Amino acid sequence: MKILLEKEAFDIETYVKNGGYAALKKVFNLKPENVIDEVKRSNLRGRGGAGFPTGMKWSFIPKSGPKKYLVCNSDESEPGTFKDREIIHKNPHSLLEGMIIAGYAIGAAKGYIYIRGEFAREARILEKVIAEARNRKYLGKNILSSGFDFEITVVRGAGAYICGEETALLESIEGKKGQPRLKPPFPALVGLYGSPTVINNVETLAAVPYIIVKGGDAYAKLGAGKSAGTKLFSVSGPVRKPGVYEIEMGLPFKKFLEEQLGGMKDGEKLKAVIMGGSSVPVLTAEEALKTNLDYESLAEAGTMLGSGGMIIIPERQCMAEALWVLARFYHHESCGQCAPCREGSGWIEKILRRVLEGGGSEKDLDDAREIAENMMGKTICPLADALAMPTISFLKKFRSEFVKHLEGNCELCRK
Amino acid sequence: MLSENFKTNYKKITEKAENAQSSLLALLHEIQRENRHIGEEDLNGLSELTGLPYARIKTVLTFYNMYNAKKTGKYHLQVCRNLSCHMAGAPNLLKRLKEKLKIKENEISDDGLFSYSEVECLGACGTAPVVSVNETYHENMDTLKLDKLIEELKAIQGQRSKGTK
Repeated sequence: MKILLEKEAFDIETYVKNGGYAALKKVFNLKPENVIDEVKRSNLRGRGGAGFPTGMKWSFIPKSGPKKYLVCNSDESEPGTFKDREIIHKNPHSLLEGMIIAGYAIGAAKGYIYIRGEFAREARILEKVIAEARNRKYLGKNILSSGFDFEITVVRGAGAYICGEETALLESIEGKKGQPRLKPPFPALVGLYGSPTVINNVETLAAVPYIIVKGGDAYAKLGAGKSAGTKLFSVSGPVRKPGVYEIEMGLPFKKFLEEQLGGMKDGEKLKAVIMGGSSVPVLTAEEALKTNLDYESLAEAGTMLGSGGMIIIPERQCMAEALWVLARFYHHESCGQCAPCREGSGWIEKILRRVLEGGGSEKDLDDAREIAENMMGKTICPLADALAMPTISFLKKFRSEFVKHLEGNCELCRK
Repeated sequence: MLSENFKTNYKKITEKAENAQSSLLALLHEIQRENRHIGEEDLNGLSELTGLPYARIKTVLTFYNMYNAKKTGKYHLQVCRNLSCHMAGAPNLLKRLKEKLKIKENEISDDGLFSYSEVECLGACGTAPVVSVNETYHENMDTLKLDKLIEELKAIQGQRSKGTK
């Protein structure tokens, strides 16, 4: 069962032929609160990584007040994640339709798509489809004679992982450096330009038209229990067929790997899997092969579904080196506001580099773990946790590979 | 110096903005699109044009990775170094660039055509390794394709300079 990538539609004619914008027509016969109820019934959860119930998020927006905003988070910077790009390439109008419906539900007249700066081509695609929707009166004043006005503006970022954090993203739309805000107040009350704001991921919004057309109950029936619906997984690493896959939640990883990804490439052996983007705890091959792909199963396995950015790590990859690559990334991307993250990420990166270069000691490994533990939950935003989780799990599950570096005999790095 | 062309585009970029600061990222993108980097003179000019303090513009410029405060080559290559690209051979691409262009990271080749830098995840991990040239992605790269890409860019430039003679 596919929803988001069932049919490709690069332009509005094809999208409408495929049944697109039917949800929008239906929605104007509903009251905004009924739209929110429908989304609540669907059990749709935020697909950016946090998994927060979407309908509930919408219901936090105050009913009164002059100005509200809807923001689509298309920053997609979590290493291993490239699924929103696929929606923009193959079914961009589903995102716009979802946004217009969300705007109607929360009473926003203005929507922003914040897209990472490097996605220049994708920003152009969005500008093109927005113009198409405007020509057909799906955007603009008095949409389909409903009395509802809605506009969408594309804002390009300029290269900063932190801008995927929702309050940093708001700062960036406002033209400032992207440093996360203290919460509370939450964006639902004080968001963009100080007004109530909902921030949803591309994949979340693109699922909304289906929920409106088929009903929340139909969507809730898909998937596995509390993990309703379909989820995109973007898979990288040495499998035969890397790419973006839409699957119903609850699919066993083993089955996914063998039947859809075509298994490992010739000569490659599975060692570990990062299931939901580089921030989540790593699983060993054994752990991965036992788990299913849904929020609850992955939590039980000690990791997270996150963004669905799945990185397959083969036997030939040294885990000490892999963790250093990630630590270097988080250190580079720390915005610098909070000392535990700014300093901790730098320390971990330095320690791991020393270990890789052969000057490390057992104490270094313990120090790295301890620093990571002291970063968890101590900062304004989760970037510190995002390095701490891989650090702790890599060191715990693959300690012997780090020890090989201390002894100066890592065969994997010598190759 | 901000060009006349920029001043025309400035109006378009800022006309629907919520306030003077809102368009800052877009304005910096536009300057870089024209000049491939954003110099001190541009910051002063932009400060005058927007009414924003110089320091506030500079803080934004230096926060984001995509803005180049220094000159780059005509073709600025960015090689992703994050995990998926790393496993797929990104270190070899960087080594190759260094050898072939005979420059280090963020230096400009003698002909002014090329510069390169290592960057973090570009969000195209399924087609790793990825190299972007200015704003265009080149995916599933290897050293052979990289050589070919550089030759192609040189050839384009060769044709252009013939045309102007």
